[in-house]
Amino acid sequence: MPHDHSDHDHPHSLLPSDPALRVKALETILTAKGLVDPAAVEAILETYEKKVGPHLGAAVVARAWADRAFRARLLADANAAMAEMGISGRQGEHVVAVENRPGQHNMVVCTLCSCYPWPLLGIPPAWYKSDAYRARAVREPRKVLAEFGVTLPGDTAVRVWDSTAEVRYLVLPERPAGTEGWSEEQLRALVSRDSMIGTGLARTPEAGA
Amino acid sequence: MGGRAGDGLVKPTPDGFAPYDAPWHRAALGLTLAAGGLGAWSIDESRAARERLPGYADLSYYEKWLAALADLLVAKGLVGTEELAAGSAAPAPLSPRALAADRVAGVLSRGTPYARPGPAPAFAVGARVRTRAIPGNAFVAGGHTRLPLYAAGKTGRVVLSHGAHVFPDRNGEGLGEAPEPLYTVAFRAADLWDAPEHPGDEVTADLWQSYLEPA
Repeated sequence: MPHDHSDHDHPHSLLPSDPALRVKALETILTAKGLVDPAAVEAILETYEKKVGPHLGAAVVARAWADRAFRARLLADANAAMAEMGISGRQGEHVVAVENRPGQHNMVVCTLCSCYPWPLLGIPPAWYKSDAYRARAVREPRKVLAEFGVTLPGDTAVRVWDSTAEVRYLVLPERPAGTEGWSEEQLRALVSRDSMIGTGLARTPEAGA
Repeated sequence: MGGRAGDGLVKPTPDGFAPYDAPWHRAALGLTLAAGGLGAWSIDESRAARERLPGYADLSYYEKWLAALADLLVAKGLVGTEELAAGSAAPAPLSPRALAADRVAGVLSRGTPYARPGPAPAFAVGARVRTRAIPGNAFVAGGHTRLPLYAAGKTGRVVLSHGAHVFPDRNGEGLGEAPEPLYTVAFRAADLWDAPEHPGDEVTADLWQSYLEPA
């Protein structure tokens, strides 16, 4: 058989090549063999569809904006600060929060795969996993930012964090002007997912809440 | 692929929970995570299995996941090639190794920390370091590594020190966790690219100690 070698090294070639049929076949096999509990699959998916998403990261950012001591704790030990809010989990075991400030913008990518802080932001959006973002974010972050509608002042430096290990980065965006005295709940509505990846900025009071 | 030229525009998507681009993406995500709950392979082994796929560059994101999942299930002796070929298997009760539904919440919220007791760091924050010139696995030809090609043979400075972490070049190849000090190293864009967008820009990467030498 011409495929002997590849079948031996890469048994997946025995499965249907159409991915919808391929996942169905794997699901059938694993469920029959008792290796996967279909109720567990559903519980995992529901977690990331309904419970764990960017609203959690937004709550952390809003608290950091509203509470100076929490902000200091978040920047010093993000996992401990997240734990105060009951936030922890898979793909967020080692979190570092990086702070945007005048003159310094931070942006996160994973050029090697798609590492992303799941407990804070949920499952990454398609663009974060795309070849275009992974290839370009490190070399031309400003062009990529322009595609998100973000233009930085000329004297602002960009630091792109390539997540090549199990450290996960949360960008702490700058608090928008005109939000003095706002409650955490009001502030949360200004924190977009992309502002916590660094491909966006926090919404202004006019645009946001 | 970091730094590669020739890719098109990035296409932003609306804020909030990320939607699936196709129904089978949902199934592929759920099945891969549930099968990972068997504890039969590490995250490093699953990345290594994806990178080993023939035609890696031509496969879409979740196509890589599915192909690597099938290869790992066979490599770990959990599924037979005849079962893959048939697309079915003889029925069996739920294995005690399987991730049961009532354990999902605990497993997801605990996660799997990668920090380990290990050697003290050789480089201080602020130290100048040079990365290995060849971004390859030093133990297995063509094996898994986490030193990106664009950052190979470059000089930067340590900006964060994370303590010892599981070392993917060994763990991904089934050679044990072999923890090593892990650092975040910042490189000037001008030291990475022919035509950097801005002289003040930087790129960081998280790099293990054996990727680095003093500069």
